[in-house]
Amino acid sequence: MQNSAGPVPRAVVTLEGLRRLIPLLERRGYQVAGPTVRDGAIVYETLKKLEDLPAGWTDEQEAGRYRLKQREDAALFGYNVGPQSWKKFLHPSTIELIHIERNGEGVRVLNQSSPPPHYAFLGVRACELAAIRVQDRVLLEDRFADPVYASRRRGVFMVAVQCTRAAPTCFCASMQCGPRARQDFDLALTEIADKGRHLFVVEAGSAAGAEILREMDPREASPALCQEADEAVERAAVQTRQMDTAGIRDLLYQNFEHPRWDHVAARCLTCANCTMVCPTCFCTVVEDVSDVTGSHAERWRRWDSCFTQAFSYIHGGSVRPSVKSRYRQWMTHKLASWIDQFGSSGCVGCGRCITWCPAGIDITEEVRAIRGGSATSSRAL
Amino acid sequence: MNSNGRKKPKIAVFKFASCDGCQLSLLDAEDELLAVAGVVEIAYFPEASRSMAKGPYDVGLVEGSITTHHDAERIQQVRRQCHKLVTIGACATAGGIQALRNSRDIDEFIRVVYATPQYISTLKLSTPIAEHVPVDFELRGCPINKAQLIELISATLAGRKPNIPTYSVCMECKRRANVCIAVAEGIACLGPVTQAGCGAICPSFNRGCYGCYGPMESPNTASLVEQFRILGQSDPQIARAFRGFNAWAWQFRKASEECERHE
Repeated sequence: MQNSAGPVPRAVVTLEGLRRLIPLLERRGYQVAGPTVRDGAIVYETLKKLEDLPAGWTDEQEAGRYRLKQREDAALFGYNVGPQSWKKFLHPSTIELIHIERNGEGVRVLNQSSPPPHYAFLGVRACELAAIRVQDRVLLEDRFADPVYASRRRGVFMVAVQCTRAAPTCFCASMQCGPRARQDFDLALTEIADKGRHLFVVEAGSAAGAEILREMDPREASPALCQEADEAVERAAVQTRQMDTAGIRDLLYQNFEHPRWDHVAARCLTCANCTMVCPTCFCTVVEDVSDVTGSHAERWRRWDSCFTQAFSYIHGGSVRPSVKSRYRQWMTHKLASWIDQFGSSGCVGCGRCITWCPAGIDITEEVRAIRGGSATSSRAL
Repeated sequence: MNSNGRKKPKIAVFKFASCDGCQLSLLDAEDELLAVAGVVEIAYFPEASRSMAKGPYDVGLVEGSITTHHDAERIQQVRRQCHKLVTIGACATAGGIQALRNSRDIDEFIRVVYATPQYISTLKLSTPIAEHVPVDFELRGCPINKAQLIELISATLAGRKPNIPTYSVCMECKRRANVCIAVAEGIACLGPVTQAGCGAICPSFNRGCYGCYGPMESPNTASLVEQFRILGQSDPQIARAFRGFNAWAWQFRKASEECERHE
């Protein structure tokens, strides 16, 4: 996607202009999904109107802890990533693959699945665009493409939002995945909500994005405003959590027997929450079920996790029976063997696995400990 | 005879010390029960029918724990009559809520509760079926999930492995797109150490998991206890959390006993 067709590469749009975005997308046949407040967190769901966005909300995140807080302004995007990611839509947690009926002597395979909606994602952060790129590589660009992902991923309209704050769990800067979204979006918004202003500096990343932008009553963004927006994103690059990724592949390959694995195994619950919330974890299990009469069978695909025993079950038992071996497998794959397998790290630095671990395990701290640095518990009380 | 001309497998349902809730789950499976009755012979099921066909049975479903000398002998007979023996529910699999007595003085309970204690003949412990006889499959839950029961019966008839996961409740919770109540609200939840199967009912309604399905495959109770303390739970509270329907399951028992010692 290139800035070729847009009349204004950087425009400024008011809140009223932004209000037109969801109807404009819906008129073009998109189902708009984005952040909204539900059950004490900011989650991704179908949006019908601008008011569905979490206006005036923010989040507080630490290892094993998340709280919603009211902001002093009415910013629509004044928070960081929550418990869900866009894989909820692109790589659904539970999906029926085939449906089989006995038909006399033979069987009939029914494909009941209706075509997925054309999605427009509103509020995609830089780390999330990076995560989608990672899943594209795994699920589309290998020898075999996953048809479920492909049908959902095709033609997604991406509205990125530039982060102007970083949660204490964010480390996208270390992973070189953010905070600025530079590619793979149709529109990118930087929100400025202060001093009685509520504006959005908008960058079109595609012809389709530019076309939509033209209908949002854009004005030309002054150089001063553009600079202000850029500086706000720069501030989000100052992150307290960091991961030193220098030579990380060899570091982990050389430390299969490091005592830190026992240390983390004492805390790890093998509950699989980290893999469920990770925007790049893609593993699934396929289960066949039949009814009591044997006349009807279904094949379901569900999110799986390398933290379960069944995941590595082969004849004779599970290859990774210990907690230690399972955590080591996850982290070593994510940060090291992913590079050999797919050409990039499997981690984008979103920090979800840190926040949503019920035991507050911090992947950046684990790397630091294996590197031999100081490792103090950062668990917030 | 079923449509394949094969003799229908005979199923029997036995009750020991229990509330009958798990048997009711079978009766509650209205949509599937007729189909079940079509492919198996429900030969012995006193809760549902007066006709009681004699054994042997192909599959015996056992509800309840062993709490009396009489039942300790009866389970031996049941085992001899059943080709496959499946326990259903927390009582049969872990001793049930009545296993709370296991950590106390049974004689004192009898003196306090019963007007004429001498009529009471009971064992000191409430124990799971597997402590008495070999068990082929244990279906967890208090009560069991009827969908899991139907799945177990269907898989057994089809000769395939049942899809009964042993991982944590968290997997089901996250697949349902629930927001984690432990992380987002600081609610003490047993989900990370509890086996899936219920569909994460309680967390879906903003309650911490009560552990009805017992310990998951690799429960790190010591780590969860530490997290409960961070959430402000006292050791007596944590001990009580592990003393639910699966109090006698050894991993939960160990966690509660350690919290009690710590008090």
